[in-house]
Amino acid sequence: MVTSTAAKVKVDPRDAKLSMAHFFVAFSALALGGLMGLLQTLVRSGKWELPWGIDYYQILTVHGVLMGLVLTTFFIMGFQYAAVSRTTGGHSNAARRTGWIGFWVMLVGTLMAATMVLLKEASVLYTFYAPLKAHWIFYLGLTFVIVGSWIDGAAQIMTYARWRRNNPGKPSPLLSFMAVINTVMWIIATLGVAATVLFQLLPWSLGLVPTVNVLVSRTLFWYFGHPLVYFWLLPAYMCWYAIIPKIIGGKIFSDSLARLSFILFLLFSIPVGFHHQLTEPGIDPAWKFFQVILTFMVVIPSLMTAFSLFATFERYGRSKGARGLFGWFKVLPWGDARFIVPFIGMAAFIPAGAGGIINASNQMDQVVHNTIWITGHFHLTAATSVVLTFFGISYWLVPHLTGRKLTKAMNKLAIIQGWVWFIGMAFMSGAMHFQGLLGGPRRSAFSTYGGSEQAAEWIPYQIAQAVGGTILFLGIILVLIIFVNLAFFAPKGEEEFPVAEAENLEEKAPMVFENWKLWLGIAAALILFAYTIPFIDIIQNAPPGSKGFQTWSKW
Amino acid sequence: MHMHKLERIWLIFGTSCLVIFLTVIGVSAFYLGNKPPSCLTTVNPETVGQEKPFNEPGLHKVDGKDWEYELVFVASTFSYSPAQVEVPLGAKVKVIATTKDVIHGFEVAGTNINMMLEPGYISEYTTTFNKAGEYLIVCNEYCGAGHHLMYSKIEVVK
Repeated sequence: MVTSTAAKVKVDPRDAKLSMAHFFVAFSALALGGLMGLLQTLVRSGKWELPWGIDYYQILTVHGVLMGLVLTTFFIMGFQYAAVSRTTGGHSNAARRTGWIGFWVMLVGTLMAATMVLLKEASVLYTFYAPLKAHWIFYLGLTFVIVGSWIDGAAQIMTYARWRRNNPGKPSPLLSFMAVINTVMWIIATLGVAATVLFQLLPWSLGLVPTVNVLVSRTLFWYFGHPLVYFWLLPAYMCWYAIIPKIIGGKIFSDSLARLSFILFLLFSIPVGFHHQLTEPGIDPAWKFFQVILTFMVVIPSLMTAFSLFATFERYGRSKGARGLFGWFKVLPWGDARFIVPFIGMAAFIPAGAGGIINASNQMDQVVHNTIWITGHFHLTAATSVVLTFFGISYWLVPHLTGRKLTKAMNKLAIIQGWVWFIGMAFMSGAMHFQGLLGGPRRSAFSTYGGSEQAAEWIPYQIAQAVGGTILFLGIILVLIIFVNLAFFAPKGEEEFPVAEAENLEEKAPMVFENWKLWLGIAAALILFAYTIPFIDIIQNAPPGSKGFQTWSKW
Repeated sequence: MHMHKLERIWLIFGTSCLVIFLTVIGVSAFYLGNKPPSCLTTVNPETVGQEKPFNEPGLHKVDGKDWEYELVFVASTFSYSPAQVEVPLGAKVKVIATTKDVIHGFEVAGTNINMMLEPGYISEYTTTFNKAGEYLIVCNEYCGAGHHLMYSKIEVVK
């Protein structure tokens, strides 16, 4: 689909190999995790049962771990590694070696955890809340995944640091800056989950300590759990801010404001975990509310992002002679999968964000907490906005890395894929939202709850979810066909890695944005402010610890 | 760093909405008392069955408190005790619940009663049952193989 004849800058082939290695893992996770998702919706429709003693909660664990942790982390690391390579002129041998080590450590960890899940030794879902006690190899595998991602991320930071040394006084390339912000946020956030796994769950599952402090473990998990979703989202924002403008033929509205919004995400994504724990005992409501306020601070960079994107679209449209209030909308490149697939994701973010505001609001959360509304919510944010953008990225990045081209036929198939996803998700996520408002719980197999009238009202929504899930699975098959085509079979050629320029090249981003001591200092201060006192409270007022339980079905 | 005039207006408008929104939530929580359940009392999860009030699950009339009844629930895999209970219509009830083993949910479908039950902690929520009928209590936090079979019922009767 690329018609531009401008000089193309390529990702170094040696870096391309590492990125592609990440993508093979990510898309394998998508295939298997997607199948599990389909099976779940079929079971919950009440019309079908799992064969061969496979357990609903086992496949739910597989789906959550593969989609939420494996697909996302591998895709993001692969994409960011390529983006840094593309915008800084390539990784050094040392950085590349670091990246490979990180990749293998993550992969080994993934396989360890996956083995335990398949053996029914770890049907604890991807949130693994204590005192459900999985096999120690599961926790060790998770540790490997986290540590591997740190090593993998270090490769990006090394290359960024080298670029800064070689270009003193200059703001770093926008995409590299954004990738490093996301990696740094990820490292700070994963300290929480690493702490609970290493110091609580691993020793406890090995039998070294008899009990675990449940609330400390949950609090550390959610310290990580919310920035996790921003770790998914920011690579999508990288595409929306810095890549989409180039695809449509426009410019970045403001380079400096894009950087500012990423810094705000770094600051306000982390000290907010209590909004996942609003209905929990043992946490003071004043501290819950304080973190609710911090949670809502991300509204500001989100508004900035929405403004920038639509400003870019409108300015491009007007430069093409579009008139009227919305004339610019029509001239956007609706026939280009690289644009429209992420655009559907952007549009989904409007209702998704509105739902998020409900979830994080102190009292309203009581209506929807742990209902299937929440599942519907993150299937709009993560499984539509983020994932469709990732698909949109892969439709040019994979051929760019493999030296092939996105053909007209594949472009068409990719557009169909985007719409199939939209329709499937409208059914599935829509039905989940409605059922959740009626009280239907998330993470539950089919049940009539003893012939309850209320539960009977939920069943039609569950059937709608199975319909949506089936359509989405067709969407996944299309993605896989396109991915395999672009990786192995598409005609050889040059596919562009689009990187947009700012509208105003005169205006240099202020160097204070690259002052990591400052931003890390503020981030640390906010985290300490939001967590220190309630965390001490939780530890000081702790009840006796919990011994472990294995309440799931075993082989 | 330059900010476009329209963007400045947009952000001022958006941020003002945010401030109003957070004020409404804050006033509702701390002035009107609509805080999410956040009881700070603890209990030993191993001996919870012998301790008051959990040694006698069910509805109890109380005197001299801001509420008329206490409704005590004990959760364990995969059931609630009591499995069914009747509550008089219009009664102001304090629901008091905890778990003996893993984390469970306690959600009364169709109401705002929705709280996590965690081992060692007591969860409480005070509410008035204003509509007659049968209400389903579901476990909405994964607790194991029988998670979807874990429920109880509240019958609100005249």
